[in-house]
Amino acid sequence: MKSLMSRNGLLCLAGLVVALLIPQFINNKFYIDVLTLILFSAFLGQSWNILGGYAGQFSFGGVVFFGTGAYASSILFKTFGIDPWIGIFGAIAAGALMGAFIGFISFRYGLKGSYFALITLAFAEFFRIIANSVEFTGGGVGIFIDHKPSLAQLQFNDTAGYYYLAMAMTVISLLIAWWLERSRFGASLVAIRENEDAAQALGVNAFRCKMYAICISGAMGGAGGTFYAQKFLYLDPPIAYGIGTSVEMLLVTIVGGLGTVFGPLIGSFVLHGINEVARHYLEAPGLSMIVYGLILIGIVGFLPNGLIGLVRSTLKRFSGGGNA
Amino acid sequence: MLEIKGLTKTFGGLTAVSNVNLSVEEGKIISLIGPNGAGKTTLFAMVAGFLKPNGGTVLFENKDITNLKPHSICELGMVRTFQVTQPFAKLTTLENIMVGAYCRTPDRELARERARAVAHQVGMTTALDQPADSLTVSGRKRLELARALATQPRLLLLDEVMAGLNPTEIDEIVDVIKKIRDSGVTIFLIEHVMKAVMNLSDYTYVLNDGVRIADGTPTQIANNSAVIEAYLGQGAAEIMRDGGSSDA
Repeated sequence: MKSLMSRNGLLCLAGLVVALLIPQFINNKFYIDVLTLILFSAFLGQSWNILGGYAGQFSFGGVVFFGTGAYASSILFKTFGIDPWIGIFGAIAAGALMGAFIGFISFRYGLKGSYFALITLAFAEFFRIIANSVEFTGGGVGIFIDHKPSLAQLQFNDTAGYYYLAMAMTVISLLIAWWLERSRFGASLVAIRENEDAAQALGVNAFRCKMYAICISGAMGGAGGTFYAQKFLYLDPPIAYGIGTSVEMLLVTIVGGLGTVFGPLIGSFVLHGINEVARHYLEAPGLSMIVYGLILIGIVGFLPNGLIGLVRSTLKRFSGGGNA
Repeated sequence: MLEIKGLTKTFGGLTAVSNVNLSVEEGKIISLIGPNGAGKTTLFAMVAGFLKPNGGTVLFENKDITNLKPHSICELGMVRTFQVTQPFAKLTTLENIMVGAYCRTPDRELARERARAVAHQVGMTTALDQPADSLTVSGRKRLELARALATQPRLLLLDEVMAGLNPTEIDEIVDVIKKIRDSGVTIFLIEHVMKAVMNLSDYTYVLNDGVRIADGTPTQIANNSAVIEAYLGQGAAEIMRDGGSSDA
């Protein structure tokens, strides 16, 4: 058991070193860009995973935190001249606050399951329309952010800069999930997911734990928003609050493995990988989406515990065979 | 230790529990019996904070806990189990019990240690790494008991932990419950298995149609005509008495 744990630790370390060295060996900007988006998607997936995977509160509007964070740091920058490296903390706070707001309304009134999914979807749509209608978000025109590469702006001249930023964020998100799996708070979230009544009977303050979970998820989503805005330098309501991002957040997590540390990262790699490969090799327009969709149906239909679940059960079978 | 005064619960037009008074003395095993639908589980749910009563108060160690949430009541030292077992299905037995142990410590190692000790106490040491949804009925009942014990309660509310067990398993769990009582935990239990009620209880309350109809030692209860009629129908006590005398 001990050797297994240290083996996992070594694997993580090796992965980190490889990830750090990749820009030194790959000069193709396209690949670095794809990798950056994979990491970013994994980061957003982890934000969803804290609430949906660990606490079992399936949100269908995870994008609402991302959008709020993106607007927060962009407005702080454009209107108040606050540099994004400070603004990202504003975005984190705004995301957490949004989490507290939506969480309080939903959990206070005991919304669970599909009702929680629907109300989060409704909130995302609500804020999309608000962002479209008010002036300080730039309305439907959106916000253009000037390209001034520097660390203070969280903008970079080369793609590797964004890659390293996305990597740092992903590592932090993995550490959050890793801590969660080892803490009382994480155990409480999992207990709530498995059976909320039983958890409460055993002294778990379900309301408070769910509030913390949605705030952490919101804070992470907010940070992701700043990254997006500084990378793409443009923000409008459909980008900030579009349902596509919400779906992607839950998809990478479900495909990789709900409530696991590496689920979102693995799911992100596989889904984006399939997407890019399909797009590269299939000439007919739209065909790549069909292939992507079919593979997705296969994974969701046949792997209830995601790819991590598949790996675990395979390992178990092998080690079981070895012992016998 | 536990003092219930005038507790009432109505669901629409149905009065599930009506003006019930009872008390649980420290260090004893007190049982609550009654026919199906008598309101026993509803009473437990109110005591443990899962249902808000329409009237009455619940005092735990002289503290009014009537409107407290379940988790606060658990922290105060009273915990319930569920009649229909509610395991954390995808977690292992050990992880299940650890959730209870975390009630008293934020430390993972301490919680694990405590959970192991409790598993030993209820005889689950061999099933520690088994997922809870693969446990047998008897295993699940033990798990309910173990998780509750892990929160280190002073008062344990057991809701039919013996239902669905075979006679051997019942004997085993009766022993476990006695040992729990001997370790200083007061027990208040709902039970249908009469052999266990007679064997375990120091005092028994009987509920029928939401009303307390009798109380006393198990032997007194077994000979109480109101209780016999509640279970077997009106006139049953008389028939049994007559039947008994004509046979003799």
